[in-house]
Amino acid sequence: MKALRNYLDRIKPQFEKGGRFEKLQSTFDAFETFLFVPDKTTRSGSHIRDAIDLKRTMSMVIIAMVPALLFGIWNTGYQHYLSLGQQPGFGPIVGYGLMKVIPIIIVSYVAGLGVEFIFAQYRGHEVNEGYLVSGMLIPLVMPVDIPLWMVAVASIFAVTIGKETFGGTGMNVFNPALLARAFIFFAYPAKITGDTIWTGGLTKGEGVVDGFSGATPLGNAAAGAMDKIPSMYDLFFGFIPGSIGETSKIAIILGAIILIVTGIGSWRIIVSGILGGITMTLIFNAFAVNDYMTLSPLTQIMMGSFLFGMVFMATDPVTASQTNRGKWIYGFLAGFFAIMIRVFNPAYPEGTMLAILLMNAFAPLIDYYVVEANISKRLKRAVTAVKS
Amino acid sequence: MSENKKTKEREPMFSAKVLRLLKNPFNLENPITVQVLGICSALAVTVQMKPAIVMALSVTIVTAFSNLIISALRDTIPSRIRIIVQLVVVAALVIIVDQILKAYVYDVSKKLSVFVGLIITNCILMGRLEAYAMANKPWPSFVDGIGNGLGYGLILVIVAFFRELLGSGKIYGMRVIPQALYDSGYMDNGLMILPPMALITIGVIIWVQRSKTPELQEK
Repeated sequence: MKALRNYLDRIKPQFEKGGRFEKLQSTFDAFETFLFVPDKTTRSGSHIRDAIDLKRTMSMVIIAMVPALLFGIWNTGYQHYLSLGQQPGFGPIVGYGLMKVIPIIIVSYVAGLGVEFIFAQYRGHEVNEGYLVSGMLIPLVMPVDIPLWMVAVASIFAVTIGKETFGGTGMNVFNPALLARAFIFFAYPAKITGDTIWTGGLTKGEGVVDGFSGATPLGNAAAGAMDKIPSMYDLFFGFIPGSIGETSKIAIILGAIILIVTGIGSWRIIVSGILGGITMTLIFNAFAVNDYMTLSPLTQIMMGSFLFGMVFMATDPVTASQTNRGKWIYGFLAGFFAIMIRVFNPAYPEGTMLAILLMNAFAPLIDYYVVEANISKRLKRAVTAVKS
Repeated sequence: MSENKKTKEREPMFSAKVLRLLKNPFNLENPITVQVLGICSALAVTVQMKPAIVMALSVTIVTAFSNLIISALRDTIPSRIRIIVQLVVVAALVIIVDQILKAYVYDVSKKLSVFVGLIITNCILMGRLEAYAMANKPWPSFVDGIGNGLGYGLILVIVAFFRELLGSGKIYGMRVIPQALYDSGYMDNGLMILPPMALITIGVIIWVQRSKTPELQEK
């Protein structure tokens, strides 16, 4: 660590004004502040500064995603060998998972950060650290067999259109990771829907054992095969096909605990999101006209990316509502619509992505009305106080 | 904008002013990217280049001739009923264009479907009639119509070029992305065929145009 610090101090003058690499200042700054907490202090006045800054916040979210990522890597290998009817040991399973997942992560980071660095250099500001989280979220919401160039195109699209055009990190209206997934979903639907894409190597169909379908629980449910939905045990621990990071609910709950304890993710959004999902399911149960609508709230929440979306996507502090009451409304409606889209629209087996994107668009409006309601409430109180 | 300009007697046919009418809509006063008019049809007809070109020509012809006719009639139109008079002229021209398209390029006319009829409600037309033709002589009005129609058409063709190239791998109906690329895993972008991507493409064009022309950047 000491040697690294010394090295950075030695090369620093070259990146400052008048130095040899003056143009690459923001690039240097990005790496320096990523490695070390910046030593900038406020010169005048008294400002309270938290020890945590944006980069430290992002690192915490990354840590929260690690359980889901590690399980995803293992499950990728597990599902692959399951489709072949083999039972190898822990080593080959994780090896296959790493081989599939690591390239997606690398491509996502290289493509997305590449765009970030270009914009930072061009506009002369610091490199935004927001992509650290998006770049990890994107692989977690992809199926394992996604072609890498699609990940690259989607990441570039999400960062350019979803973030930089709105002004960079902290200004975006939509969650970039969800935008990347939505882009692939509408641009290349064949690679992100269906039964064969969720398990590594299944599209080629080589040596697959009889009876292995590769369909996700949601795929089964949408097809009306309710008896094929895996047991609650499998759903909870995540021994099911699905996007890389979404399958294991226990890993997601672990991540949720980290986010809530550190105060980075809003527990209000997570809780109200789940409440919204339960409410919608109970309404379905009351008016059930098909098998899908009779599924219990617990099954609905355990299936698909519902929990993953509520914990990691809906809580994104930039795109969610800012007021506390707004967060309740925002989360509730996100969960509500997620289940509604999933059950009602056969074209979209999972509604979490679309529901959260929809609520992203409405979040500022919710905040506006919450603030207005508060103003009018206080005005009324002031008026009665004056009258009496 | 150069409304209400008093033209002197005996102006040469292609004076600098008239030429500017032809040139400005391509950049500084582009109907789509600067005035943001006619967006609806620009999103709808730009999936392929052929309909986009036909649409651009139709709009150019209708704008030019309606400008010409309204400008010639402008002193006799009572201002209280001018909109209805303009509509009658535009509607007549649109019907003529629609019939010609149906007679000579039936397949394209089917693809354009209602959007030819909807030229009547295209904001560019009304905008030019109100802002220019009602206050200027027929010849400059005619040129103004052609300029705005072509400015609209330019954006249409650019958007259609990218949407057709990336959405179906073709340019003007001819396959340009080689089969070998598809075999190695390339796929056409389905989002390009959907209207949202047309809006984003237009947004990107506006972005590029604004960063290139300092006059358009508002501070």
